[in-house]
Amino acid sequence: MWINMGPQHPMTHGLWNLRVKVDGETIVDAEPEVGYLHRGIEKLCEDRTYPQIIPISDRLCYGSSMTWSHLFCLTVEDLMGVEVPERAEYIRVAAIEMQRIASHLMWLAAYAADLGLMIGFIYTMRDREVFIDILQALTGSRITYNYPRIGGVAHDVPPTFGRDALRACSYMEKRLREYEDLFDGSKVFMMRNVDVGKLRKEDAMNLGVTGPPLRASDVRYDLRTDMPYSVYPEMDFDVATHPDGDCYSRYRVRMIEMAESCRIIRQAVQKMPKGKWRIRAPRNAPVGTGLGRVEDPRGEGMMYIVGDGTDRPYRVKIRSPIFVTVSAAPKMLIGYKLADVVAIMGGLDMCIGETDR
Amino acid sequence: MNLYEFCYGIIHWLVDLVNNLWYWLGDVLPWVFGDFFDAVGDFAASDSNIAFFTILTEVLIIVIIALINVLNFIWLDRKFMGRMFDFYGPYYVGYRIGGWLQNLADGIKLFVKEIITPAKADRVGFLLAPVIFISSSFLALATIPLGRDFGIATNESGAGVPAGVLVAFAMFAIAPFSILIAGWSSNNKYTLIGGMRSAAQMMSYEIPMLLTVASVLLLAGSFSFSGVVDAQHDLWFAIPLFLGFIVFMVCLMAEVEIQPFDLPEAEAELVEGWTTEYCGMRFGLFMMTSYLRGYIGGALATALFLGGWHGPELIPDPIWFLIKAYTVFVIVEWTRWSLPRVRVDQILDIGWKRLMPLAVLNLFIAVAFKTMGWF
Repeated sequence: MWINMGPQHPMTHGLWNLRVKVDGETIVDAEPEVGYLHRGIEKLCEDRTYPQIIPISDRLCYGSSMTWSHLFCLTVEDLMGVEVPERAEYIRVAAIEMQRIASHLMWLAAYAADLGLMIGFIYTMRDREVFIDILQALTGSRITYNYPRIGGVAHDVPPTFGRDALRACSYMEKRLREYEDLFDGSKVFMMRNVDVGKLRKEDAMNLGVTGPPLRASDVRYDLRTDMPYSVYPEMDFDVATHPDGDCYSRYRVRMIEMAESCRIIRQAVQKMPKGKWRIRAPRNAPVGTGLGRVEDPRGEGMMYIVGDGTDRPYRVKIRSPIFVTVSAAPKMLIGYKLADVVAIMGGLDMCIGETDR
Repeated sequence: MNLYEFCYGIIHWLVDLVNNLWYWLGDVLPWVFGDFFDAVGDFAASDSNIAFFTILTEVLIIVIIALINVLNFIWLDRKFMGRMFDFYGPYYVGYRIGGWLQNLADGIKLFVKEIITPAKADRVGFLLAPVIFISSSFLALATIPLGRDFGIATNESGAGVPAGVLVAFAMFAIAPFSILIAGWSSNNKYTLIGGMRSAAQMMSYEIPMLLTVASVLLLAGSFSFSGVVDAQHDLWFAIPLFLGFIVFMVCLMAEVEIQPFDLPEAEAELVEGWTTEYCGMRFGLFMMTSYLRGYIGGALATALFLGGWHGPELIPDPIWFLIKAYTVFVIVEWTRWSLPRVRVDQILDIGWKRLMPLAVLNLFIAVAFKTMGWF
């Protein structure tokens, strides 16, 4: 029996369709279908000037919009050859890592709700507010920030930024231990996660899975250390990996990543130099190409921009991590129960905005 | 005076009132109707007729109590959930009584919604399922007394029905049948899976639950609620049969479809489970009845394990009973919001491999107590 889980389904967290073929409750075949939320963002970008694209790239992912606007700015800076002031880089790193924590917390909330743990949903969303508030003080908005600029960031940090960020980090580290009590300490949670949705290392690499699902399959691949951008080389942090490749590993990897993000935010705030936060970037891009790759909370995000000498890009190509990762869904799903669909697909942290672009 | 006598008195008084009117009419208009009024009056005043209306009144009172309890339960659930989740819960509708009227407002909202029957659904089954579900749940309430002499199914001497516990559990166990009908007749894949899950789950949890009940009945030596509760006058059965109490509570959560075991309506994977195709007040009735089943579960646990209406004399018996039932419900809600949902194969594993042996062990313990002559 084929079951359409989607496009309108509580499991999907967006607008996509997972067709699963079940034998009783066991999944024998699965087929993800994406494309319901295609907004033609790549085409939209061709008709706008470079600064006008920044808010559009924010709209790529509702969970981690800062990462995507930063990625766009990174790519255009590569295209134009703009050097970003060091203070701006530190601000960006702090903001991106906050965004990563907020994104992971939103994932954890959705994941807990998927598994039926309603209190996990509420508590994680509540703690996400802490970081959203700081980002709001920094940028002026809560979800789509429109904060990075080509050649820096829009504004300097507010005077209380450092204090708030450090406080939020120590608060978060305390809360993370509480989450471990709530999630790992729950026998039912472990029953639902351990040995569910196994993704072998070879499959993960062959299918182009990136981000936490890949690191959960015991592949140490993180663009922040493997192809460092911004000021990540100066940061001291560990790349989280887990050997098992199941849902529990993905959960663990994200939990460790949140702790590491706290470390990075702390270092970024403490090492932040004084100086300019933005330089004037040229209006027109030269004829050529720019490439940017960042470690999105969901995997490897990549942008490729072709400039044709005008103030508008000739072509913008966006590589979405989830668009690639979701192709591994059949590998993970087949053989497990129907109820595991929510655990497995929830563990991927689907974000349809960037998948369908 | 028990509930039956109370209702009997009221009905008798009403019938007398009406009869007097009729006799008076018979005096005034004899040339039109002759002795007709006298015959009607005699029939109305007959014992069987008054008993019939007495029982109807009792049913009405119990249904009203049940519905008020359900409203209380939903309110309590939402308030408690709100406190757990860092918000207030219902607040504005009925501001002075803690948002209690919010449920009524929700009910009115559900009433005015359109009721849709899916075009390809099996109409008979689709309409029959809520009826069976609701009526069986109300019937389960019939034999559960709130106090020694406050219950619907009491006989005229005030003692409970002889096999009240068995009747209550039998009625309680009809629900999976209606859920299966609802799931199948809705002609929807999610509801079908939900119905099948419900059938499997309830069947596998019925057995350990009844085994623990059997141990209680064994210790009490009675099949009626009054007998079971009276046997707990000195010691609650939850203390000697602690194991059985735990097993009973877990099975109860599975029977009532509370969160860790709410697989039939797992909203993450099965949209809304077997109630997916029901809308408007039909869904409202389903939801209301599931809360009613929560109340029945709490009442059963109270009557069988927690000493029923026994408590210090300060508070009247029915209030003690309700306090205990509400406490059980709150504890169940507490686990509900703080545990994830288990998987369908795991729930069957828990039922057959863990709870079943524990229930049998509990029965052995009860037998041992009984043979030692301690009860």
